[in-house]
Amino acid sequence: MPKFEYAPAPESRAIAHIKESYGLFIDGEFTPSTDGGAFKTISPATEEVLAEVAEAGPADVDRAVTAARTAYDRTWSALPAKERGKYLFRIARIIQERSRELAVLESLDNGKPIRESRDVDIPLVAAHFFYHAGWADKLDYAGYGPAPRPLGVAGQVIPWNFPLLMLAWKIAPALACGNTVVLKPAETTPLTALTFAEICQQADLPPGVVNILTGAGDTGQALVSHPGIDKVAFTGSTEVGKEIARTCATQPGKKLTLELGGKAANIVFEDAPVDQAVEGIVNGIFFNQGHVCCAGSRLLVQESVYEQVLAALQRRLTTLRLGDPLDKNTDVGAINSAAQLAKIRELSEAGEAEGAQRWSPPCELPVKGFWFPPTVFTGVSQAHRIAREEIFGPVLSVLTFRTPSEAVEKANNTPYGLSAGVWTDKGSRILWMASRLRAGVVWANTFNKFDPASPFGGYKESGYGREGGRHGLEAYLDV
Amino acid sequence: MSAPVDTPATAGSSLREFLHGLPGVDQVGAEARAAMLASRSIKTTAKRWALDTAISMIDLTTLEGQDTPGKVRAMCAKAKRPDPADPTAPRVAAVCIYPDLAHLAAAEVKGTGIHVASVATAFPSGRTSLEVKLADARYAVAAGADEVDMVIDRGAFLAGDYRLVYDEIAAVREACENQAHLKVILETGELVTLDNVRRASWLAMLAGADFIKTSTGKVTPAATLPVTLVMLEAVRDFRDARGRQVGVKPAGGIRTAKDAIRYLVLVNETAGEDWLDPRWFRFGASSLLNDLLMQRTKLATGRYSGPDYFTVD
Amino acid sequence: MSDTAAPARLAVRKTYKLYIGGAFPRSESGRSYLVTDHKGGFLANAALASRKDARDAVLAARKAFGGWWAATAYNRGQVLYRVAELLEGRRAQFTAEVRAAEGLGARQAEAVVDAAIDRWVWYAGWADKIAQVRGAANPVAGPFFNFSLPEPTGVVAVIAPQASSLLGFVSVVAPAVVTGNAVVALASERCPLPAVSLTEVLATSDVPGGVVNVLTGRTAEVAPWLASHMDVNAIDLTGAPGELAGELAIAAAENLKRVLRPADEDWTQPPGLNRMLACLETKTVWHPAGT
Repeated sequence: MPKFEYAPAPESRAIAHIKESYGLFIDGEFTPSTDGGAFKTISPATEEVLAEVAEAGPADVDRAVTAARTAYDRTWSALPAKERGKYLFRIARIIQERSRELAVLESLDNGKPIRESRDVDIPLVAAHFFYHAGWADKLDYAGYGPAPRPLGVAGQVIPWNFPLLMLAWKIAPALACGNTVVLKPAETTPLTALTFAEICQQADLPPGVVNILTGAGDTGQALVSHPGIDKVAFTGSTEVGKEIARTCATQPGKKLTLELGGKAANIVFEDAPVDQAVEGIVNGIFFNQGHVCCAGSRLLVQESVYEQVLAALQRRLTTLRLGDPLDKNTDVGAINSAAQLAKIRELSEAGEAEGAQRWSPPCELPVKGFWFPPTVFTGVSQAHRIAREEIFGPVLSVLTFRTPSEAVEKANNTPYGLSAGVWTDKGSRILWMASRLRAGVVWANTFNKFDPASPFGGYKESGYGREGGRHGLEAYLDV
Repeated sequence: MSAPVDTPATAGSSLREFLHGLPGVDQVGAEARAAMLASRSIKTTAKRWALDTAISMIDLTTLEGQDTPGKVRAMCAKAKRPDPADPTAPRVAAVCIYPDLAHLAAAEVKGTGIHVASVATAFPSGRTSLEVKLADARYAVAAGADEVDMVIDRGAFLAGDYRLVYDEIAAVREACENQAHLKVILETGELVTLDNVRRASWLAMLAGADFIKTSTGKVTPAATLPVTLVMLEAVRDFRDARGRQVGVKPAGGIRTAKDAIRYLVLVNETAGEDWLDPRWFRFGASSLLNDLLMQRTKLATGRYSGPDYFTVD
Repeated sequence: MSDTAAPARLAVRKTYKLYIGGAFPRSESGRSYLVTDHKGGFLANAALASRKDARDAVLAARKAFGGWWAATAYNRGQVLYRVAELLEGRRAQFTAEVRAAEGLGARQAEAVVDAAIDRWVWYAGWADKIAQVRGAANPVAGPFFNFSLPEPTGVVAVIAPQASSLLGFVSVVAPAVVTGNAVVALASERCPLPAVSLTEVLATSDVPGGVVNVLTGRTAEVAPWLASHMDVNAIDLTGAPGELAGELAIAAAENLKRVLRPADEDWTQPPGLNRMLACLETKTVWHPAGT
């Protein structure tokens, strides 16, 4: 019995008014799907059904794209840019006003700890809308020449790991640049997107500017291949990203940006500030249960400090709290779905089978729901599946290196190239490493930091295009 | 109470090399960690435990030029019976006063188990000769203090004369003659950087400190969560490396129960629960006690309380 | 101008004061001056600022500068957007004040107020973007990482336009403040009242005290004290009439203030970057890249 046992500290669910069922959001209104298709969304922590959600079929995709096109032609592209910006400011403000409700809803639907949705996800969502609101009437200064034009209608498909934040990353720049959108949230996490649709109504956003189609893979496929879409933006697995790239290859008028998987190296040198590096390692792979494309899933630790860092890491992991996502003290929440849990288990078993040593801190897993304990594999080599394949779960693979060049070589030895971490007290080394790491985002002495002003995106099979910052506007402009 | 003094090689330069070779502290990362731990939500049974524990860890303090025997008596009365309405409220750990009032304080708390901590070594500035500092320490011990809170020479530390700081601490330790345990005040507000806090913590522990303490309370900033985080990491690492446990005392600026509970969370998740005991963790505070008592009363009665129901000492 | 009979309800008239350090003091000189509408009718007695008020305002600005600059750009943008929210709420009040001050028709005055609010929103959105537009990573020849960043210059004195009492005022103050500077503004001598009402909005909108300070009074009396003040880093001479502007620029040279001396401006046109850039320094940093 620990001396200081934290009592349950549950955030109240009452604030998230979940409806029994939701329609599609097309042309400013909620409407059932044409063929009546629907599916259920559950809480991954308890497996309870949260709501029934409409499933968009090809006819609905058509309706939505038409609504977006009409809104673009008749309303949105004619609106003075500063008015467009003011809509986005309004949306940002309403998100701030409803932030607690959105955070609870996100934790219920996704399984992530309320502390994360409250302190990281939702504030960033508001920030993305604020930041991009200000660009709407300043595009002349964005470095793309005078008066850059939007592309038209954007079809956007987002994943389940940061549902509302991924929505913000897509919709805010698209609208700021003058496009209209049709967005499909992931099938396991539709609720905050549907609440966002309500927020658009509260902001009096002209109908058709934002359309939300709930559904699964088929809906997404229908959306991205629809001929009425001028721009496709996808965040998700590399496998699906390649399919979409193939589809768009046959429709050359469509611009495409992709933000896909990763297998980032988190590199710890002997002179790293150890305690902060350990926090960075933990944050890098256990934040959001490891469901992060840019997760630091490979720890590359300099051999001379391997024992020390590993011991500090294991000690730190014993204070991680796994459990009810709505408990304010929870650090590690539920795995998003049964399917994802199966995948994580499969790869972890492969890790053991291939000879790596597996360790987890003592951890009580709840009976219902989808759970996986924070796990560390040591004795991992580059050839192991757990060093090469994206696990997308709270599983860390530990490898060692001797010299900076070797660290770079090992870090780059992957088809992915989304992010990397560097921990050292030496400024020159940070800059030397950063210039050689083939990754779109390099975090030095920190990890998993995001900001609407900071461009994010990958090299190689982690995708192409950037989101955020001045660079992120390019994806939504005709330049 | 006595502990062997750890001695690295006698040359001053190897002490410097050792201290400068300790891993650095990234300020942004340390502050983020402290802030995350401060967001822990401690409720109901956990809160009750934390409030009682915090009360039992207080060094109830008065260190003013205008302290009189009357003031010290009143404070000692409060130390013995913090809540006039509830005799089950825990007692504080110690009273903390200037050495010329130690004799009086010792008489007031005799037989209660409450310790008498006296400041010494030309508190708070520490700016005088070693002889005077040692005489000050001996005087405190002779007057009945069983704990001595000394200050380090910050000027010497910032000038890089670690050897001098080390030797002074060792000398004061010796002057305590195994009769009093030694808290070493780093005055972290004057050391400023977290790297300095880490180095000063190690320096004090190597020289024989039983406790490392953040502040005199006379300089702003006094105790902060990031500073205490670094000190807790230091005592944890020191025990791992040298096998000896050293206590931590944040002092100054801790006014609310909420703050105190945050510090306990910090201890719990950094150094670990071995330190969750008045033997190894203290709060240097005065007004904190009433806020802890008020929160304790609210938990027991369900009503928000007010200052009229608690004593001003 | 007296009524032949007493009105049924007497209006409670406002006292117009200075805005220094987040507070509303009268002039330390105890003086005031007559402000009239465009027809010469009585509007108010506004505070007549002295050189000591100017001195106090610069002190307040200097004190507030460090904290304002240290806030994140995002935070500054949000604070300024909040100002716009409150301005919008007071649209009717400002429309009436601008009408009275400048003699505009109702619709014209409304358009001016709308433009002022929208201008404020435009500038609020620059807070977290100016560094991206003005900063750069510079490709120097050598194993060095080199970047240039804009930084606010510090305390900026602003002589606000004489004729455009709200839109012009907003157009000279907002660009200085959004990038992190602290401002001492001398309002239009003839039509100061909308600017004073704006300070009420600033005081209730999370703008830290001292970030914007507003003096009212005689341009020729107060401006020279700002122009010669050695702790002012930049001065915007927009509202200083021809000859005076020249004298002020000479005085400003004593500590090499950055001087903005624009030509006549149509406040309804999009502002461009130059007012923001005029109050920005550029800092370039080098660091080697090596193992």
